Amino acid sequence: MSADTHTSKLRNPLITKFRSYKEISDDVFKSVEGSPSKLWYIGLSISICALVMGIAAVSYQIIYGIGTWGLNKTVGWAWDITNFVFWVGIGHAGTLISAILLLFRQKWRTSVNRAAEAMTIFAVMCAGIFPIIHMGRPWLAHWVFPYPNMRGTLWVNFRSPLLWDVFAISTYFIVSAVFWYVGMIPDFASLRDRAKTGIKKSIYRFFSFGWNGSHRTWHRYEMLCLILAGLATPLVVSVHTIVSFDFATSVIPGWHTTILPPYFVAGAVFSGFAMVLTLLIITRKVMNFENYITMGHIEAMCKIVLLTGMFVSLAYMTEFFVAWYSGNEYERYAFINRATGPMCWAYWIMVTCNVISPHFFWFKKIRTNVAAVFILSIIVNIGMWFERFVIIVTSLHRDYLPSSWASYSPTKIEVITFIGSFGLFFTLFLLFVRFLPAINVAEVKTVLKFARNKNEKC
Amino acid sequence: MKNANRKLIFGVFEDEEHLIEAGKSLRDYNIPILDIYTPFPVHGLDELLEIKRSRLPIITFFACLFGCLVAIYFQVWTSKYSWPLNIGGKPFNSFVAFIPVAFEITVLMGALITVAFFLYRCGLFPGKKETILDANMTNYSFVLAIEHNNAAIDFDQVSTIMKKHGASEVVNHG
Repeated sequence: MSADTHTSKLRNPLITKFRSYKEISDDVFKSVEGSPSKLWYIGLSISICALVMGIAAVSYQIIYGIGTWGLNKTVGWAWDITNFVFWVGIGHAGTLISAILLLFRQKWRTSVNRAAEAMTIFAVMCAGIFPIIHMGRPWLAHWVFPYPNMRGTLWVNFRSPLLWDVFAISTYFIVSAVFWYVGMIPDFASLRDRAKTGIKKSIYRFFSFGWNGSHRTWHRYEMLCLILAGLATPLVVSVHTIVSFDFATSVIPGWHTTILPPYFVAGAVFSGFAMVLTLLIITRKVMNFENYITMGHIEAMCKIVLLTGMFVSLAYMTEFFVAWYSGNEYERYAFINRATGPMCWAYWIMVTCNVISPHFFWFKKIRTNVAAVFILSIIVNIGMWFERFVIIVTSLHRDYLPSSWASYSPTKIEVITFIGSFGLFFTLFLLFVRFLPAINVAEVKTVLKFARNKNEKC
Repeated sequence: MKNANRKLIFGVFEDEEHLIEAGKSLRDYNIPILDIYTPFPVHGLDELLEIKRSRLPIITFFACLFGCLVAIYFQVWTSKYSWPLNIGGKPFNSFVAFIPVAFEITVLMGALITVAFFLYRCGLFPGKKETILDANMTNYSFVLAIEHNNAAIDFDQVSTIMKKHGASEVVNHG
């Protein structure tokens, strides 16, 4: 190859070890075509155990009702909605990587976008469970959609942010899934043409839509990806904005603030990237993807975590400042109560994890230390869960009437349901890395020659 | 592109840059290129195939417009005409409150209709039987195809040009 045209003194190659196009296919498709490792089976068994526990807990609370939760008249939202916001937030990194980084032409996204998008879809599925079971009668969940019905055709209330949420989350799920699938069509075609047995070939043939890599198709395909990225970018911002409207449009001190939408979006990207790091550090190790998901990728994501972590810190400070500056005593009390009240331990866990811990990522030594990044990513995940818990529970538990002040602690059922959602998430993710190509092979091949040294040969 | 009944000459390349060079050379000889098959999108082929910019964004624009109008119409109709409900004394046509849902439906329609149109335009559908010229062309080989119905095209000439630029194999097909 004429390598001189690709050399760069300023940038490092995106794929660390030189691989031919064939070797890239072999490396990535190995997990799909071969049999999985022992580690994979162990991981799947643990995930399925957690999932089964979750199913049992959800069944129990469907049979006996929401009274099995620790909610009371004052604290009407707690773990369920915390988990909902937590999981929706996790999903945001996938769309950010696949859509926003595509628009910004960040080529490093090619190795991580498939797995991150998968994570988005699974996280949104986990998120969707919580509002549905919180309805109490989940078999009537379809009532949230406007359809002609026998109740005189009574429509839904389009003025309610909770209904906006239904539309936002459903659209987000559908568009993410479509974007994900469209990205996989060329890889299904590769798998189809590599498959030897008839059954495998016909399965891949079904899913690859007759793709043959004609440039006329590629040309339209690239336009399609650009359009979908352009649509998904405002969509992802709108989703967490609308989630924040669930709180911001109410008149609860601590919720009723205009900063909530950008604050939630920044927090979502922050927690999402932390989860991407957690997952990909494991995936690259278990699947031998170290040459594709390189230290460069991990560093880039650490930098995004650092940046969005600072956005989140700024939002915390702004909230406090505005609560003081507003002169509204309820607002002031809500925030003083957060930091010094009976639930202040949750607040300070949040501050430690979200404000302090990302600053370790200023140091290159820490950004390039996989173990350190892994631990910090988990700390950020914990911090972001507590952020939602703090926003929801500390704002609710002491409302306008001191006579109705209450506390909240979760029941076993709620804890097991939360564990179950992790079970669902990891079960789906492990099935994904086993049965679908976890790296977008076609896109990775486009960056193979990026900044490639001319001494390396095909 | 339906190749089943066509007479083709195609060259198989190991590297996309060799293919581009061969394509440019063929163009200099006024030999039209029918299509190029690559395992990933290669840039610089649009000129060789004389492809115009895709008009897919126009579809997206109208799909989004359609989604937006339908969502606004439906929300106003249900809330003001079909079954007006007094919710906290808000106006029946609370237009501003309808914007979030209208936005979501705009994006949803834009995405789904564009993807559907893309599949239709490229003739892709679930279970379609693929037309493959070279077994590796969705993995690591690059195929440049020329239609051979025209008597003016000489196989040997095409073969020489392609081989000069690094084709590993040139096939006279059909």
